[in-house]
Amino acid sequence: MPKMDRKVIAKKANIVNDLKKIIKTENVLYHEDETRPFETDGLSAYKQKPLIVVFPENTNEVSKILSYCNKNRIKVVPRGAGTGLSGGALPLADSILLCLGKFNKILDIDYRNRCVVTQPGVTNLAITQAVQDKGFYYAPDPSSQIACSIGGNVAENSGGVHSLKYGTTTNNILGAEVVFMDGTITKLGGKTYDSEGYDLLGLITGSEGLLCVITEVTVKILKKPETVKAALIGFSTIEDGGNCVSDIIASGIIPAGMEMMDKALIHATDNFVKAGYPRDAEAMLIVELDGTEIEVKELIDKVSSIAKKNKYSSIKISKNEKQRLKFWAGRKAAFPACGDMAPDYYCMDGTIPRGKLAQVLKEIARLSKKYNLPVANAFHAGDGNLHPLIMYDANEKNSLEKTEKFGAEILKYCVKIGGVLTGEHGVGVEKRELMCEMFNNNDIQQQIRIKKVLDVSSLLNPGKVYPILRKCAEEGRIHVHRGKTKFPDIPRF
Amino acid sequence: MSIEEKQNSPTYQDFNSIEYPKNEKEVSNFIKKFYKSTTPIEIIGTGSKTKIGKSIQCAKTLNLSKINGIIEYLPQELYIKVGAGTPIQKIEEELKKNKQQLAFEPIDFGFFLNGKSDFGTAAGQVACNISGPRRFKAGSVRDHILGFRGVNGKGEIIKSGGVVVKNVTGYDLSKLVCGSYGTLVALTEITFKVLPAADENKTIIIHDQKVEAAADLLNRSISSSNDISGAVFFPEEPEVSGSLKNIENTFKLNNLQHKGSITAVRLEGAKNNIDQRIENLIKELNITNINISILDFYQSDIFWNKVKSLEFFSNTKNSIVRIVIPPSACAHLIYQFSNKFKYYLDWGGSLIWLEAFELSEEMFESIRKKAVRFGGYVTMIKNSDYLPYVEDVFTINVDKFNISQNIKKSFDPKRILNPGKMYTGI
Repeated sequence: MPKMDRKVIAKKANIVNDLKKIIKTENVLYHEDETRPFETDGLSAYKQKPLIVVFPENTNEVSKILSYCNKNRIKVVPRGAGTGLSGGALPLADSILLCLGKFNKILDIDYRNRCVVTQPGVTNLAITQAVQDKGFYYAPDPSSQIACSIGGNVAENSGGVHSLKYGTTTNNILGAEVVFMDGTITKLGGKTYDSEGYDLLGLITGSEGLLCVITEVTVKILKKPETVKAALIGFSTIEDGGNCVSDIIASGIIPAGMEMMDKALIHATDNFVKAGYPRDAEAMLIVELDGTEIEVKELIDKVSSIAKKNKYSSIKISKNEKQRLKFWAGRKAAFPACGDMAPDYYCMDGTIPRGKLAQVLKEIARLSKKYNLPVANAFHAGDGNLHPLIMYDANEKNSLEKTEKFGAEILKYCVKIGGVLTGEHGVGVEKRELMCEMFNNNDIQQQIRIKKVLDVSSLLNPGKVYPILRKCAEEGRIHVHRGKTKFPDIPRF
Repeated sequence: MSIEEKQNSPTYQDFNSIEYPKNEKEVSNFIKKFYKSTTPIEIIGTGSKTKIGKSIQCAKTLNLSKINGIIEYLPQELYIKVGAGTPIQKIEEELKKNKQQLAFEPIDFGFFLNGKSDFGTAAGQVACNISGPRRFKAGSVRDHILGFRGVNGKGEIIKSGGVVVKNVTGYDLSKLVCGSYGTLVALTEITFKVLPAADENKTIIIHDQKVEAAADLLNRSISSSNDISGAVFFPEEPEVSGSLKNIENTFKLNNLQHKGSITAVRLEGAKNNIDQRIENLIKELNITNINISILDFYQSDIFWNKVKSLEFFSNTKNSIVRIVIPPSACAHLIYQFSNKFKYYLDWGGSLIWLEAFELSEEMFESIRKKAVRFGGYVTMIKNSDYLPYVEDVFTINVDKFNISQNIKKSFDPKRILNPGKMYTGI
C-alpha cells in the first residue's frame, strides 16, 4: 500500500474532533473496537483497520469531509455495502473510511420517464422491489444483489447473470450526483439518454472509488418481459458445453442469461440448495430466454435443437416460475456452496472470448494439478466471464500466496488469449500488480493522469487499481535493488 | 498572433496543409511533431460531420480516412475491429452477410447537410456519439464500443478496453472518447460490439394524433412488455419557409395514405412473435377504434431508414437543432415553440429534432434555457445563413466545464487536437 503518513496517525485525536464538528458525533467511529468491523470487504484475505470511520448523512457532509481531508492531506477510502470481491474498499491504516450506509433512501420513482433516483446505499435488489408491483425491474443483478449497494455497483460497474442481454451497470444508469476530492458537488447526466460533452458518467462508472464519491444515482428501469423460461442442459464433456454456448450465440440468439458450471460446482450447489441439477454431467448450462409466449417457445425449441446437436446428456425446461427460480438458486449459491467444500476459497474473475472456454478450462485444470489446489468453475458463459473458485486452507502455511499465484496465472492466461483481467469484480488491490499484463506504460500513465487532474494529491482510495510495487519497472529497464530506489513513491513504468 | 489567440479565434486562417497518415505509427509521428511545435491540428475522417461543432481553423489537418479496413471480425464472438477511417457502410455490409448489425443504428447526416446519404466513418460515429431510433432500447454508440486504440495530444499511442463485453479493467476510456469530437485522441482502431439483426420488422402507424396524445402513446408503448425498438411522432407540419420536404413527400408508402400526423411504433423479431406483439400492443394502447395502419417489413424498413437519415429535413437552408429531454417534458416544451419551427419526436419523445426558420441566437438560447430547466440539453447541429455562428453549440455548466478542461489537459496538454471544436478553451 502507499507509504503510511505517520503525521496523520499522530494527529488522530485532532482529526476526530474536527470531523465531529462536520458531522454528528455518533457518526464518527474511532475506537479500535468500533473500526474493526470495517477492516475488510468481500475480499477477506486482506485486513486493515482504518484510522477513523465516518458515516455522513447527506451530500453536503460528504463534500465537507472530502474538502477537509483534501486540505489536510488525509487519505479517504469510500465504502458502500462492503461486498466487493477485489478489495476496493480495503481501508488504509492512515485513512478515513467514508461509509455511505446512511444514504439508504429511494428518492423518486418516475414511471413516466422509466427511472428511479436513489441514494447510493440502497441495495440493488431494493430498487427492483420498489418497482416490481408495477411490473418494472432494474436489470443488472450481481449475485450479491441482496446486500450490495447501488453506489458500489456504479463504482465497480457491476454485471450479473443477465448482462449478456441487458448490459452492465454502465448501460443501465442515466445520471449520478458525485463529490470530487476537493469537495465539488456535481450532477452528471439526469433523466435523459446520454449527455453532452465528455461522458463523465461513463468515466466514473467502474472507477473503483478513485475519482469521486457517489452520493446519488439515477437508474433506468425496464418493464418485465411477458414470459421467462430457463433450460437446464447437461453435457458429458466441457467441450460440448462450450461449443453449445458458441453455437447458440452464432445462431443469432441472445439469451437473457447463459450460465455454465463444472462438475465440482454442480455437486456442491446441488448439495447446498437441492436445485435438481444433473449430477452425472461434466458441465451444465442454464439458458434463460425471455419475451412473448410465442417468442420464448420458439427460442426454447431452437436452443434445444442446438444443444442436441452438441450431444447434451440431459435437458429440463422450467415449467413454472418456481422451478425457474430453483434452477437459479443453485447458481446464485455457487460461492457459499464452495464454502462447504473447503475452509477457504478465492474467486477469480477474468473474461475471455467465449469460443476459448474449453481451452481455458483445460489450462485451469493443468494449473490446478501444478499447484495441487482444487478448483470449481462458474461462468457467465454468454459473455465469457469466468469465475474459477480456488479452494484452499488459510491455516496452511503459505497457502494464500500459493493460491494468489495460481489465480494470477489464470488471469495472465486470459489476457494472453485475448481476454481481460476482470469482468465485473474490479481490479482493487487484488489485481493491480497484473495491470501491466494488459496495459503498457502509455496506457497506464494516461489513466493515472486522469486520476491526477481529478484528485491532485492522490488521496481518494489510493493504492487501488494501479500497480504499487512498480512491477513493470522491476521487470523492465530500471533495476531496483532490495526495493530501494530514489523516491519510491513516484510511479515508474 | 499567439497560438492561444489563434486557437480561440473564429476567423484566423492559416496555410492549410492536410496530412494523410496510413497507419497508427504515422499518426503518432505527426502528432509528436505538432506537439513539439505546438501546432493545432484538425482531425477529420471523410468529412461527413465536420460541420457539427464549432468551426475551427488549424494550421494542419490530419485526415484519418486512409486508416481503414476491417481488422478482425468474429461473428460468433459478437465483435468487429476496424481501422478508424473505415466507412460505416462497409462495416454494415460486412455484418449483413452474417445477419448482424451495429444495434445503435448509425445515423446519416448526409441528407440535410449535403442532400445525399453519407454515413461517414467509424471514428466519426464514435466522435459524435449520436445514435439512431433504436437508442432507447439498444443503447447509444458509447454502449457499443468494446475498446479502442488512438494517439493522444502528446503523440503517445494509447489503448483501452478489449474485445469482450464484460470488462472493468481500468477506467473505461472508451466512454470518454465517445462524443469527444476528436478533442482527446486521434482514433486509429475501434472495436464495436455487434448483435444479431432481427429477421423482420413491422410498424404500427397511428394516424392524426395531437402531440400530447402521441407522446403518451409512445411512452406507453415503450413501457409495455412488447419490446418496442422505435417510437417516433411526425406532427402535421406548418408551412415553414426554406423547408423543402413534408411528411407526404418524405414517406411515400402504399399504406401511408392518410393525411395528418404520424405516430409510429416499430417492433422487430421473428415474424410470428411480431404479429403477437402487435396484437398485444393494440389491445394495451386501446387503439382499436382509432385510425391505424400496419407497415409490413419492406415499407417499415424504408420508413425507419428515412427516420434515421433525417430525410425529413433534406437540403434545408434552416437551422437544425437537436434537443434531448426526459420524455415526460416533450409536449410541454413543444407547446412553447414558435410556428416557424418544424419538428419531429424520436426515442419516444426523449429526442426532438427541430428545423427552425429565422432562428436567432436569442431564440436558440431561450430554447436551451427551457430544455435545461426540464433537465435536458440542446445542440446546434446545423447553422443557417440567418444564424451562421453560435457561441455555445453544446450545452455545459461551469462545474462540468472545469472538469472537462482538466480531462482535456490529461490527454492533450498543449490543446492541439481539434482545439475549440466543442467549447472555447477545451
